[in-house]
Amino acid sequence: MSARQHHKWIAPKRLGYAEISAAVSDPIQRGGPGRAWFIALLGILPLVLATFIAVGAVLTVGIGLSGVNTTVVWGFSIANYVWWIGIGNAGTLISSMLLLTRQGWRASINRFAEAMTLFAAAIAGIFPVIHLGRPLYAYWLAPYPNTMELWPQWRSALVWDFWAIASYILFSLIFWFTGLLPDLATMRDRAQTRTGQVVYGALALGWRGSARHWAVYETFHKTMAALAVPLVCSVHSIVGLDFAASLMPGWQESIFPPYFVVGAMYSGFAMVVMLAIVIRWGLSLQSMITPAHFDAMAKVMLFASIVMTFSYATEWFMAWYGGEHADRTVIGYFFTGDYRWLYFSLLFCNCLVPQLLWFRAVRLNLWLLAAIAIVINLGMWLERILIVWNTLSHGYAISLWRTYHVSLYDVVILIAPLGLFVLGFLVLARILPIVSMHEVRQLAHREGAAA
Amino acid sequence: MVQIFRPGADTIARIVLFAIPTVPVLAVGFAYSLWHSPYATAQDVTREQPVPFSHEHHVGGLGIDCRYCHTSVEKAAFAGLPPTQTCMSCHSQIWTNAPMLAPVRASLAEDRPIEWQRVHNLPGYVYFNHSVHVAKGVGCTTCHGPVQTMKLIRQAAPLTMGWCLDCHRNPAPSLRPHEAVFDVDWQPPENQAEVGARLAKERHIASPQRLSECSICHR
Repeated sequence: MSARQHHKWIAPKRLGYAEISAAVSDPIQRGGPGRAWFIALLGILPLVLATFIAVGAVLTVGIGLSGVNTTVVWGFSIANYVWWIGIGNAGTLISSMLLLTRQGWRASINRFAEAMTLFAAAIAGIFPVIHLGRPLYAYWLAPYPNTMELWPQWRSALVWDFWAIASYILFSLIFWFTGLLPDLATMRDRAQTRTGQVVYGALALGWRGSARHWAVYETFHKTMAALAVPLVCSVHSIVGLDFAASLMPGWQESIFPPYFVVGAMYSGFAMVVMLAIVIRWGLSLQSMITPAHFDAMAKVMLFASIVMTFSYATEWFMAWYGGEHADRTVIGYFFTGDYRWLYFSLLFCNCLVPQLLWFRAVRLNLWLLAAIAIVINLGMWLERILIVWNTLSHGYAISLWRTYHVSLYDVVILIAPLGLFVLGFLVLARILPIVSMHEVRQLAHREGAAA
Repeated sequence: MVQIFRPGADTIARIVLFAIPTVPVLAVGFAYSLWHSPYATAQDVTREQPVPFSHEHHVGGLGIDCRYCHTSVEKAAFAGLPPTQTCMSCHSQIWTNAPMLAPVRASLAEDRPIEWQRVHNLPGYVYFNHSVHVAKGVGCTTCHGPVQTMKLIRQAAPLTMGWCLDCHRNPAPSLRPHEAVFDVDWQPPENQAEVGARLAKERHIASPQRLSECSICHR
């Protein structure tokens, strides 16, 4: 613990309840957006525009804009989908699992981690739809009463995806709103304008902070957290089943669901670290997000990295041990085929680089940590695209072996949605408390900083 | 501290909370009812025709067989609309000066077909074949209703995919002996369940396995 830092999870010696509320809510209610905010907004607007153009183009022109062909029928859309939903996994994971395991330090990061979940899952939801080929029939995934007397095809992984994502987004939204309730009341009470009072007041649902309110709230929130745990696991397991339920070599592996869940936690935590660094700097929250937070998150990433490495190794081992010719051929293709350099990059990003996190100095150096988080997210995207490409390019029928050719549209739908993601945070930071005030107050109390 | 909301705000909040889960369900229910209604299916809608041809008179009154006009119903996908010459096989002899039949005489004189307004219209992506239905013993009135009572022809059935599937999944109640297919007055006998099941078996009607496959109708 450095000399400046008096408590592990709260930096200053004294941080009163009012100071916490002021630090989080004043930038929204008493300060303007600031120059950095406007620069960021201008910076990402072209990306937001590009997202709309790309999505509009694929809806009007069709899936031919993508680099997919008759062999590699999945491409960037699927990889992006898995990547985004993976990022979306960590928010609720942090909120629920860390809440249930009584990790009080989550208070400083859970709010924006949950917002990250919402934005990432919503962005992820775009990709299966624009990949449909007939996106206008996307609603056929829902079992609604219709004159055709048809139900969705329950054996289709696409339908499982629909339920997994829809229930996850809906749940995350309610969970996020539940956690927000006491803070909305704080915002209402501190509002400077009549509009602020009414809007925050309406959203706060009449929260008065009575003992009974808190008792009901705690019970409800903990129950929701307990419900969230299976959902966090199910959402990415289902994504894993999209692949594992097929008959393709390299996909039909029973390790896929857990391996996908850990991968999601891995990339999700990397994204939370990135967000924490930016938000801590942008909103001057050094008092609540401390080096100990980054230390803890870095350890989670290190752990996930080791599990991922083990999963890759299991994949290779099982192909060899199972003895199935096609499986062995595909694993061989990983290392010697058309995409081998991407595969080596993946191993470098996901397995090698994060080993730096064994060193405390690295865990506490925010520049290095940010770099590692970016590398991990890059590696995790490579992993997803290679799962798609390697298997599809090198399936059972040798006459169909073919590689993927990246199109301009592919590049745009890979990069541009990041702008949408940042836009979500820029807007959110201006209207809602980006850090959970009431939970940080609790944390400050427990750390002895509020007394 | 001044109160932000008046007491009535509680009621509004309750209504909004109640509406969040109920409105989407009601909206889907409303959309379904609308989609199922004659407004969308055109069921029971009569269309204005160039000549007010009455099935009630020709079929119910005179007892003309369906196949006299719809000649290809046993052999082709399309049941066939009669050429003007078919009308004239009688109307060159009777009602030759009836004003109502002026368009028919004009059609013959100018050698231009009468432009009937289509009543039973299936989407282009549906493959429907009259001949196989006739061959397997589905009667005309099963789908077209009691045409012998219709002054102007109308679409008796909703013609939704669900309606098609009702029979494709369970054809037995609609199967008739071959001689009864064109009998507009046919009523199912007491033991139709038994008879229908036997007919389905004899005629190799594989339902629902085969008949509810997508490619039966969407080829």
